[in-house]
Amino acid sequence: MSLEVIAPVLLTVISAATPLLFAALGELVVEKSGVLNLGVEGMMIVGAVGAFATTASTGSSALGIVVGAGAGMALAFVFGVLTLTLAANQVATGLALTIFGLGLSSLVGAGFVGIPVAPLPKLAIPGLSDLPLVGPLIFGHDLLVYLSIAAVVAVAWFLKASRPGMILRAVGESDVSAHSIGYDVIAVRYRAVLFGGAMAGLGGAFLSLSYTPLWTEGMTAGRGWIALALVVFASWRPWRLLAGAYLFGGVTIAQLYTQGAGGLGIPSQVMSMLPYLATILVLTIIAAGPWKGRLNAPACLGKPFRPST
Amino acid sequence: MSPRLAALRIEARREIPRSLLYVTPLLAVALTVLVGFALFLAMGYDPFRALYFFFVAPLTSLYGWSELFVKGAPLILIGVGLAVGFRANVWNIGAEGQLTMGAVAGGLVALAFWGEESAATLPLMGLAGIAGGAAYAAIPAFLKTRFGVNEILTSLMLTYVATLFLSTLVYGPLKDPMGFNFPRSRSFGDDALLPILLSGTRMHLGTLVALAVAVVGWVLMSFTIIGFQVRVLGQAPAAARYAGFSAKRIVWFCLLLSGGLAGLAGLFEVAGPIGRLVPTISPGYGFTAIIVAFLGRLHPLGIVLSGLVMALSYIGGETAQVEVGLPQAVTGVFQGLLLFFLLASDFLVRYRLRWRPLPAEPQPPARTQAAE
Repeated sequence: MSLEVIAPVLLTVISAATPLLFAALGELVVEKSGVLNLGVEGMMIVGAVGAFATTASTGSSALGIVVGAGAGMALAFVFGVLTLTLAANQVATGLALTIFGLGLSSLVGAGFVGIPVAPLPKLAIPGLSDLPLVGPLIFGHDLLVYLSIAAVVAVAWFLKASRPGMILRAVGESDVSAHSIGYDVIAVRYRAVLFGGAMAGLGGAFLSLSYTPLWTEGMTAGRGWIALALVVFASWRPWRLLAGAYLFGGVTIAQLYTQGAGGLGIPSQVMSMLPYLATILVLTIIAAGPWKGRLNAPACLGKPFRPST
Repeated sequence: MSPRLAALRIEARREIPRSLLYVTPLLAVALTVLVGFALFLAMGYDPFRALYFFFVAPLTSLYGWSELFVKGAPLILIGVGLAVGFRANVWNIGAEGQLTMGAVAGGLVALAFWGEESAATLPLMGLAGIAGGAAYAAIPAFLKTRFGVNEILTSLMLTYVATLFLSTLVYGPLKDPMGFNFPRSRSFGDDALLPILLSGTRMHLGTLVALAVAVVGWVLMSFTIIGFQVRVLGQAPAAARYAGFSAKRIVWFCLLLSGGLAGLAGLFEVAGPIGRLVPTISPGYGFTAIIVAFLGRLHPLGIVLSGLVMALSYIGGETAQVEVGLPQAVTGVFQGLLLFFLLASDFLVRYRLRWRPLPAEPQPPARTQAAE
C-alpha cells in the first residue's frame, strides 16, 4: 500500500481514537483518586448532545465544546454528591448515571436529529500542513485532537511530578492514611470526578462535532465502556493509555474499511462486533498475563470513604 | 471544624430500621414524580395532564393492568436473578445480552420445529432460552473465575455482540422468505406461542412463571445453604473464605442463574408479545432490571413490586407519548432519576442526622469528647 493510501486511513484512526482518549484519560484520573465512575457512557453522550445542540443553535462550535464539557461535568457532579457526600454504592450510581444520561440525551436531542453542523475547523498551519504525508497527519487536525494529546502530557506530568497529583494518588492508594495526615479526601475526589466528567464530555463533543458531525440517538455506542476497559488495559498509566486508545481507534477503522471493501464475505454486523470482542480479549490478556501481579490498580478503587469525625 | 458541622452530626446507624428500608423506595418514587412535574412544566407541557397519562391512565383499564404484568414479567425475572448476584457483589450488567441470546436460542427451536405442531415445542423453547442465556453468562463467569477479568465490562461488551449477532441472523439466514425482505424471521407456529391467560389481553403464561420465580427466589435466598453463602460472600468476604465457601462457585452460580433467567425473559418476549425474531427484542429490560433489583431492595418479593412500578414507567411513557406528545425518552430519564433518588435516600437508611446544640464555650477537652 502506498503512502497516499495510508495517510487518510491513519487520519481516521486518529479521529476514532480521540473520543476514547478523552474519556479514558478522565476516568484514569478519577480511578487514581480511588473512585470508580461507571457512568462514562452517560457523561459522554450528554456531552455529545450538549455540544451538538449548542453548536446547532448558536453556530459557535467553541461554545459547543464548552457546553459539552460542562454537561459531562454536571452529570459527574451528581455522581460526586451521591457517592462522595452520601457514600452511595459507586457501581450502582455509575449505572444510574449511564441510564439517566442516555435518556436525557435522547430527550434533549430529539429536536436535533438530522440537522447538520459544520464540522470543527481543521487548524491549518501555512506551509507545514501542505507537506506531503506528514502535513495532514501531524498538522491537519482540529483543536480537540491536539487538546487530547496535550492532556495526556499534562495528566502524566500532574500524576507523576506535581504535588496535588501525588496527593491524589495518596488518596487513591490509602484514603484513611491520607485523611489522617490532614488531606481532604472528599475534596480531592470531587475535583477528580469533575475533571473526569469534563473529559468525558469533551470526548462526546468530539464525537458529535468532529467524528460524525451529526446527532444520532445512542451515538456513543459503548465507547464510554470501552474507555473504562482502556484504563485497565493501560494499567492506569497515561502514556500506555494513549497507545491503547490509538490501538482501539485502529480496530474500529479496520473493521469499517473491511466492511467498505465488501467485508470479505463476512456480514457487516460480525465486523462491527470487533471492537467489543477486542475489548474482552485485551482485558483477558491483561488479567491473565505474566505481569498480573503488577496491575497497578489503586488500592482504594471503588471503596466508599466517610471521614469518621 | 465549622460551627455548622458541629451542630449537625452525621452518625452511622448501628442497626438499620426495617421500616426505613421499605419507606425510602416510596420516597424515591415520590421525589421522581415531583421532579417529573417540574420537568414537564419546563418542557411546556401541562404537568397534571402529563403525569395523569404517565402514572394514572394506564391503571384505569383492565388492559392497562394486564400490560403491567406483560412488561413487568421480564423485569421481575431478570431482576430476581440480578439481585442474587448483586448480594454477592457479582455485577452482571449484561442481562440485556443474555436476554437476546435466550431469545435467539429459543427462537431457533421454534423455527426448527416450524410446521410440526408438537406439544413439546414450547417446553423445549423454554429450556433453550434458559440454556442460551446461561451459556452467554458463562463467558464472563469463566473469564472472572479463571483469569480474574472484571465481569462488569465483559458482560456489558457481550451485550453489544449479542445484539449484532441477532441482527446478523434476522438480516441473513433466518430472514422470513415470504417477509417482503423485512429483517425478521417467520412468525412462530401456534405451538411455539405462549398461551394467553386472559382473552383480549396480551397477558401470557410467562407472567405467572415470573411471579413463581420470584417466590422460588425468595425461598432460595432465605432458606437454602447457597442463598446463605451468597449473602455471606457479599457482606463479609473474609468470613466466607474462613468458612470455606468457594467464591468461584458462587460467582458461577450467580452468573448462570441471572443469565438463565434473563434468557427465559427473552424467550418469553419472542414467544409472547412479539411472536417471531426481530432485530430489537427488548426496550432495555436488561438494564432497567438493574434499577428494579435495587428498588426492590434486592429482595425477590420487593422486586415483584418494583418490577410492576418500572413496567408502569414503560406503559406510561407510551400512553403519554400518544396522548400528550411527550417524547419516549422521558421514560429513560425517569428511570435514571428514580435510581438516583433511591441511592441518595439510602443515606438516610445507613446514617442518621443529629442536631446538637453548640457548646457555649468550646473548651479543648470537651471538643475531644465531641469528636469521638
